[in-house]
Amino acid sequence: MTRTRGGVFSCGSLLCPPSRHLFLHPSIPPSLHRILSLLLWKTFTFDKQTFHHPSSHHTARHVVFSGDRMITLLTVISVVLLASVPRSESIVIYTGWERHALVGSDVRLSCSFFSWHWTSEDVTFSWSYRPDGAKDSISIFHYTGGAPYVDNKGPFRDRLEFVGNPARRDGSILLKNLDFGDNGTFTCDAKNPPDIVGRSSSVRLLVFEKVPVQAGVITGAIIGVVLGLLVLVVAIYYLMRFLVARRVFSLSVSKKKGKGKEGSQQKQIF
Amino acid sequence: MLLLLLGIIFLHGAALVLLFVSTIVSAWTVGYSSTSDLWTNCTTTANGVYNCETAFTGEWIQAVQALMILSIIFSFISLFLFFCQLFTLQKGGRFFLTGVFQIFASLFVMSGAIIYTVQSPEWVHESESYGFAYILAWVAFPLAFISGLIYLILRKRE
Repeated sequence: MTRTRGGVFSCGSLLCPPSRHLFLHPSIPPSLHRILSLLLWKTFTFDKQTFHHPSSHHTARHVVFSGDRMITLLTVISVVLLASVPRSESIVIYTGWERHALVGSDVRLSCSFFSWHWTSEDVTFSWSYRPDGAKDSISIFHYTGGAPYVDNKGPFRDRLEFVGNPARRDGSILLKNLDFGDNGTFTCDAKNPPDIVGRSSSVRLLVFEKVPVQAGVITGAIIGVVLGLLVLVVAIYYLMRFLVARRVFSLSVSKKKGKGKEGSQQKQIF
Repeated sequence: MLLLLLGIIFLHGAALVLLFVSTIVSAWTVGYSSTSDLWTNCTTTANGVYNCETAFTGEWIQAVQALMILSIIFSFISLFLFFCQLFTLQKGGRFFLTGVFQIFASLFVMSGAIIYTVQSPEWVHESESYGFAYILAWVAFPLAFISGLIYLILRKRE
């Protein structure tokens, strides 16, 4: 299970978007965000490649090169920042990708947005729910005019709670006492007047009876235990051999010391 | 003598190759247009699209994965030890370690195949049948076992 705070994008399955699109922070504008993450990815993978070079000549070059890369990165960032300030007014909404939860537990669905404008007082959040297999979605939550309005007739009556902070651009909701019928897609739509054009974002909720074991955990555990036992047996075998040889050696040393002590005691008596 | 050596190495190599193929190819279960287990489930939809996703992650399938990988590792170690012991063993000595590791490898394959046979009805539909990778695992077990026994019986001659 992956836990995220409001707005941070994380992915829990192997069918994740490629790591090239690192998620940095919701306060970074999307265009800059794309360029930044791509540049960061290229910089660090390039560094990794040069790291593997064995010769020192290439390591010296690598140090120069990474500095070069950083300067290019900073230049591009500043240029883009300057060039893209008066940009298109499109709001970008971030929710998680998937949420896994146990039956009977609570789950927090986070929703955050990026907008070029300041957070206005008329900011609105609305959540809608589409059950698995259904075609239509119903609205379950709406925040407007500074007040939240939760579902009081639909499938989530008395189970929905608003835990977000609109001033901080967080429109998260808390679903309590989950059931198998709550499997479905939750869509968050946020509007920050005058920034109202934007695509809504969806998060998929999966409810399990018990948390499924992640792929590879048991595999790795079994392999690790068996190989560890093998290494342990080999180590014990060699240790025993070493100790046996050493015990013979240490026995003769202690005998000599015993004789030496006896000699000194006799001297003291005399 | 050389012929015997080549024969033994060939048998060991054959068992190792079968283990590799059985572990790597995800075809322990085949359906009408799908192959699945150990690692991915691949289906060919009606439109001709070939789509793969990761296999069902239960505890038993992971145990089978682990046992198959362990059998490959032990078989490799056994081959390596065979060559070591070939040059370092005294005359008349037995390839004891080699045989033990190879027998362990065969036992791991056997346990993996048995666990898969017993537990796969839990996640495999009745219409699907066992695939060739599963059969290869079962074939690799006696080959590896016989190879291990030969190592235990074999005495080094000059």
